[in-house]
Parts: sequence; C-alpha cells; structure tokens
Amino acid sequence: MIAIQHLYKKFKKLQALDNISAEMNRGQVIALIGPNASGKTTLIKSLLGLVRPDSGNILFNGENIAGKYDYRSRLGYMPQTASYPPNMKTGQLFSMLKGIRNNPQFTDTELVKEYGLEQMYQKPVKTLSGGTKQKVSAALAFLFDPEVLILDEPTAGLDPLATEILKEKINAEKKKNKLVLITSHILSDLEEFTTHVIYLHEGKILFYKSLESLFSETGESRLGKVVASIMKSGLPKGFRTSDEQLQMKIV
Amino acid sequence: MQKITRYVCYDLARNKIVLAYTAVLFLISMGLFSMEEQSGKAVMSLLSIILLAVPLISLIFSSIYYYNSYEFTELMLCQPVSRNRIILSQYTGVGVALLMAFLAGVGIPVCIYAPDASGFALILAGSGLTLVFTALGILASVRTKDKARGIGAVLLLWFFFSIIYDALILLILFTFSEYPLEKFTVGLSMLNPIDLARISIMLKTDTSALMGYTGALYKDFFGSAGGTLISLAVLLFWIFIPLRMAVTCFRKKDM
Repeated sequence: MIAIQHLYKKFKKLQALDNISAEMNRGQVIALIGPNASGKTTLIKSLLGLVRPDSGNILFNGENIAGKYDYRSRLGYMPQTASYPPNMKTGQLFSMLKGIRNNPQFTDTELVKEYGLEQMYQKPVKTLSGGTKQKVSAALAFLFDPEVLILDEPTAGLDPLATEILKEKINAEKKKNKLVLITSHILSDLEEFTTHVIYLHEGKILFYKSLESLFSETGESRLGKVVASIMKSGLPKGFRTSDEQLQMKIV
Repeated sequence: MQKITRYVCYDLARNKIVLAYTAVLFLISMGLFSMEEQSGKAVMSLLSIILLAVPLISLIFSSIYYYNSYEFTELMLCQPVSRNRIILSQYTGVGVALLMAFLAGVGIPVCIYAPDASGFALILAGSGLTLVFTALGILASVRTKDKARGIGAVLLLWFFFSIIYDALILLILFTFSEYPLEKFTVGLSMLNPIDLARISIMLKTDTSALMGYTGALYKDFFGSAGGTLISLAVLLFWIFIPLRMAVTCFRKKDM
C-alpha cells in the first residue's frame, strides 16, 4: 500500500534519513522504534508530505505522492504534540476539518463519544489540558475512517483509561484490515497489537521484521527486552539486518 | 480555498490588533479632517502618515500572523489540501482583514470630508500599499524559519522602501545632476510602491505645482490615462511577484 524507495533527507549536517526503503501493506500494524533522533518523525512527516525528501520516492497505492495532496484524505495522523489554532473552539475545529473534506457522510465518532469530547465543544482549544488535546488529536485521526493511520507517540500524556480506549480502537482498526504505523517508546503498549517492527538507527533501517521472527531469532519473548538489548550492545549474533537480508535475496 | 480563507478571516475579525489599527486610523483621519479647514491639506497630512504606517503595519502584522498560525498551517498540511491553497488563503485572509481595517479607518472619513479625486486616489493608493506589503511580509516570513529573523527582515524591508530608497535616489540625482535624469527618475519611482503611491496622490492635489520641471514631467506621465494604467499595472506586479515567489518557496518548504 505504501512503498518507500531509497529515501534520503539531510537537515544541514544531519543525515536524518539515509537510504530508507520499505513496503507496508494492509492489515499490518507496524511499530516504528529507535532511539531519539533516529529519524522516526522525519520518516512520518515525509509520508505526510510535510517534509520534502532530498531524493527517493514514496508511492501510495502505486502513485508517487510528491506534490500530491489527495491521498491525504485516506490518511489519519495523530501528531506527537498536539497544537491547534488557539482561538478556535473545539467544536469549530471538528466542523472545520469536516468542512475541508466536504462534509463526508460517514464519520467515525466513536472516540469522540468515548472520550466525552462533546462536552468540550464550547471550550477554546487553548484552554484544554495537554491530555485532552491529545484525546482531540486521537479522535481527529480516526474521524474520517482512514485507510492508513499514522500515530506518533499516541499514548504519551494520556491517562491509563484513555490509553486503554485508544488501544482497543487501534485493535478494532487492525481487524478492519487497515495499515497502522505507530511510534512509541512505551514498548509494552505496542506489543499487544504489533505485527511488524521497523527499527531505525541514525536514519537507517536496521531491521524490518515480523514480531514472531524477531522473538524466535533473539530468543526473547518481550519486545522491550529485545529492543533494550539492541540499544545497549548492538545486534545479537546470527541476527540478520535488512542489508544482509537483501544481499541474501540477491545471492 | 474559500473555506480556509473564511476561517482565517473569522479568526482575524476578532483580532485585537486589527481592531486597534482600525480605531487608530479612524481617530487620526477624523482628527486631521476636523483640525484643517481645507480638506486638501488634511489629505496631504494624512498621506504622509499613511505612507509610513500602512506599509509598516501590513508587513509586521502579516509576518507575525504567519508565524503565529504555524499550528494552523501544519494542521492544514495534514489534510487533503494543496500547499498553494493554504498559503494563498492565508494571504487573502490577512489582506482582506487589513484592507477592511484601512477602508473603515481612512475610507469612511475621506468619503465624508474629502470626496474628491485626491481623496479617492488616497484610498486607492492605501489599499494598494496594504496588499503589496502584505504580500512582501508573507514572502519574507515564508523564506525565514526563525520568527525573530523573519520580523527583522520585514523591518529592514520597510526601512529600505520608506527611507533608504529615497536616500539612494537623492544621491543619484545629486551625483548626476549635470545630466537629464527626469525620465530616469520616473522609472526609478516605479520600482518603489511607496513612491508610486506618493506621486500618484500628489498629482491629484495642488502641491504638484510646487514640484517644478520634474513635477511637470510627472504630471505629463502619471497624469495621463496611459500613465495611470501603467502605475496600476506596476502595483499589481508588486502584489503578484512577491506572492508568486512566496508560493514557490512554500511548496518546497519542510515543516
């Protein structure tokens, strides 16, 4: 569904994305993990067209997204830190975004109801607390029933109850055969529904594997332990990185 | 595009700075018209204030608005909306808001006290300056990521067009005073929208008689129908070209 081909992006001296290639398909829930400043957010922003890559292509259903914008109607994005026009009331925010998409017939208001956001409709967005803003962005990401969900640190700032509601929602979307892309540092949150893991390190994909093969290759049974040991001491022996896998394919 | 413009306008209609700008313009115009016996004199005083204040406010306000609505821009960029539409609606929104403020603050008093050719030239020139300098302000802010530097650039632009440019022209005129430079100065004044506005209003008033030979040449050129059309076209170019550059830059920008 999304194909990333040899993506490069440099910010001044920092190589934020260094030859990233990956394919993502429906039904996958991909956890995008990596240490801080490894290029996770840059990769997500490139998918959204917020960052223009120096070279390389991103194909959405086979179509290059460079300079296009229609494809974004099929994307739901929840940013890392929610920031909305401060003078707007919450209700206006929702109605504005609906208006921009020409008031679609169907909107998925499940999260709006579960989080009780209707009571907030009369309040200006700037008076909302950090957690409530996060709830608003979660509700907005799911509102238009998108085919692809991109969630950047979705559970940061949410209380345990709200986190559970969000997780259930993600699970429900996974069953609807959608593609979900999540970054998070709270790995226990991801473990329940992740199917694949992309590990980024200094702008490169160190590996892109399904969760089962990751567990079987490392002998661990918790995602947190696997990642912690990789961050601490590099890749374990006998573990194939993406480059090596590619070489094996060529051979 | 209209939907986004509408939201920008709605946001700006309650903006305190726009309201204060309208009120100050209105008070100054009413004050000048009630102090001066002759409306022509009041128009001239108003002109010198407008030529300084309108470009400055348009530049600074459009720049600050662009930086402060960064969140809004980012939110829009994640929606199925093209980048051209986003930046053009922001320009239209800010331009319309400032234009309304100008028309209410200066247009109404002028229509009451000086509804003649010079008065209407003043309204037209002020509206043109508002749109030109809003475009320049947006261009400078799109090109600089840092807010402080962006506003600094905008102040420099204002300084250049209202002071440095005239000083440069004077310098050229004094250095080459032996040569016939009249046509050349007509061309030079075209390159600065503030000068263009100043000349086209002065020619509609009696002061042009005091400007001597150059004034006569100006009158010959700007006073004719062709000259008016050309200066209008130049003003439109001053809106179109910065806007075009801002759009090109915004399309390539990383957020």
